[in-house]
Amino acid sequence: MKATREAYGEELAKLGKKNKNIVVLDADLAGATMTKHFKKEYPKRFFDMGIAEQDMMGTAAGLVISGKVPFASTFAIFACGRAYEQVRNAIAYPKLNVKVVGTHAGLTVGEDGASHQAIEDISLMRTMPNMVVLSPCDEEETKWAVDFASKYEGPVYLRLTRPKVENIYGENAEIIVNGFDEKETTKIQKRNIKPKFEFGKAVIHGSGKDATIIATGVEVQEALKARESLLKEGINVRVLDIHTIKPIDEEAIIKCAKETNKIITIEDHSVIGGLGSAVCEVLSENYPVKVTRMGVKDKFGGSGKWHELLEKEGLVAEDIIKVVKG
Amino acid sequence: MLSQEIIINLTKTSKEVRKDILIQIYEAQSGHPGGALSCADILTTIYFNHKNENDKVVLSKGHASAALYAVLAEKGEIPKEELKTFRKYNTRLQGHPSSRKLDKVDVSSGSLGQGLSIANGIAMGYKLNKDKDSKIYVILGDGEIAEGQVWEAAMTSAHYKLNNVIAFLDNNGLQIDGTNDEVMKSKPLDKKFKAFGWNVQVIDGHDFNQINEAIEKAKKSKKPNMIIAKTVKGKGVSFMENQVSWHGKAPNEEQYENAMKELA
Repeated sequence: MKATREAYGEELAKLGKKNKNIVVLDADLAGATMTKHFKKEYPKRFFDMGIAEQDMMGTAAGLVISGKVPFASTFAIFACGRAYEQVRNAIAYPKLNVKVVGTHAGLTVGEDGASHQAIEDISLMRTMPNMVVLSPCDEEETKWAVDFASKYEGPVYLRLTRPKVENIYGENAEIIVNGFDEKETTKIQKRNIKPKFEFGKAVIHGSGKDATIIATGVEVQEALKARESLLKEGINVRVLDIHTIKPIDEEAIIKCAKETNKIITIEDHSVIGGLGSAVCEVLSENYPVKVTRMGVKDKFGGSGKWHELLEKEGLVAEDIIKVVKG
Repeated sequence: MLSQEIIINLTKTSKEVRKDILIQIYEAQSGHPGGALSCADILTTIYFNHKNENDKVVLSKGHASAALYAVLAEKGEIPKEELKTFRKYNTRLQGHPSSRKLDKVDVSSGSLGQGLSIANGIAMGYKLNKDKDSKIYVILGDGEIAEGQVWEAAMTSAHYKLNNVIAFLDNNGLQIDGTNDEVMKSKPLDKKFKAFGWNVQVIDGHDFNQINEAIEKAKKSKKPNMIIAKTVKGKGVSFMENQVSWHGKAPNEEQYENAMKELA
């Protein structure tokens, strides 16, 4: 179990050793975004900007001009909401190599409530020209995403979350869904196999033809749990883990629509403008099939335990099972 | 003190810069003459007397883009003929400066209040690179400083001791809806920046000696530098001077010819 923000903090500190140009900015949240690990190792390359996210994004843009690779971190709501126009005009428009890292995205912020729950960040960042949007689901995938972002030349939005979640990939994998036979258990789901993630390519779990569940972030775990339960009942669905929301894997989405004819999207984000919308955009123009979008239904969140909030919003494995059967 | 020869040259150049500003705005029938003319002498002094290879210029008041392109044209960085493409389809001379379209533009700008933050970032990077000589020049508008981000950035510059930042406040006293005092009082400017931990100088923004001396002093400062330059909006064209209405309006043919005569 590990939160993606924790995996981010640890990987960033590792990358700092390899790449001396990496600098990290934070807005008085280093203990929560986990950039504290980098700060401890490389204090001179860490800049606390105070509670001033707009200034932080501009400063990050300037650091690129003097040859640095800045990771600007704060909660997703402030990175994408408070500083939206700074990210747009100072970073995306001039296509500067800034990594905007929003932790504590979605309802899974939990107790802090609606003011701190970004449920529109994917939508805001996805619509911005030049911006890449990454939304990893577990430790291994986050490590890949951080590493990829550091090497990719251009603006990236990295969406991370607060709660500890089960590992799906790598030697510490905790959710392993076995198929009807050995072939059904994809290589990536076997223990001790280091998964290979590819930018813009979804990770496909299984080859079931009864439905496709397209998920991102914390909902990938829920989708895989749903897949496991459904298999026991003889229903074979496949799961697409979308770690790259932009550019989205059109090929995989179209292929799954053709092969399963039933598409369900699920995200800890508004149903407006996020993963569900992105999938609908692809399918409506290429291979129209019915898509059920599961997500936050055009309303604000609230306080509560993180998983309880997903349950109340109908965004857990049991809800997916109902939709698949319905 | 600048030599007589240098002052004569700067005066001549800034006159050409003013003509170039008017050519662009007249050809485009669009643009911002008032604020471009008010910062023309500052930009001319920076580019012709100070800017080294690694120095950067951030035109935070990006709507004065015509002044920046005019100086670049006089420097020979872009062809003078290209000025006529200003604000037109597919031009490198975008309405507000874009570093993607024109690599001679150090920093894209246009959305007010963001330039100082970007300048701070460059300055922090230079410090990490152990580049002690290079400077980052910033031109801020006096209406622009109503943006809260300017003050966030002002704190950052002082907190990180960014004495390589040399900012000019183009203090022409006017903005779109009226005088600064009418729209949003910003006085006392010097005391505000001093209180934020800056080295503040107040000068005549059309006096080359004073502009030059302020930059020389700033280069030796241990604090970030704010040079409050008292300027005249529309400077150099009598009927545009101190007129709010010339903030964002192009001259017609007769006005253009009269203006060019005054600058001849």
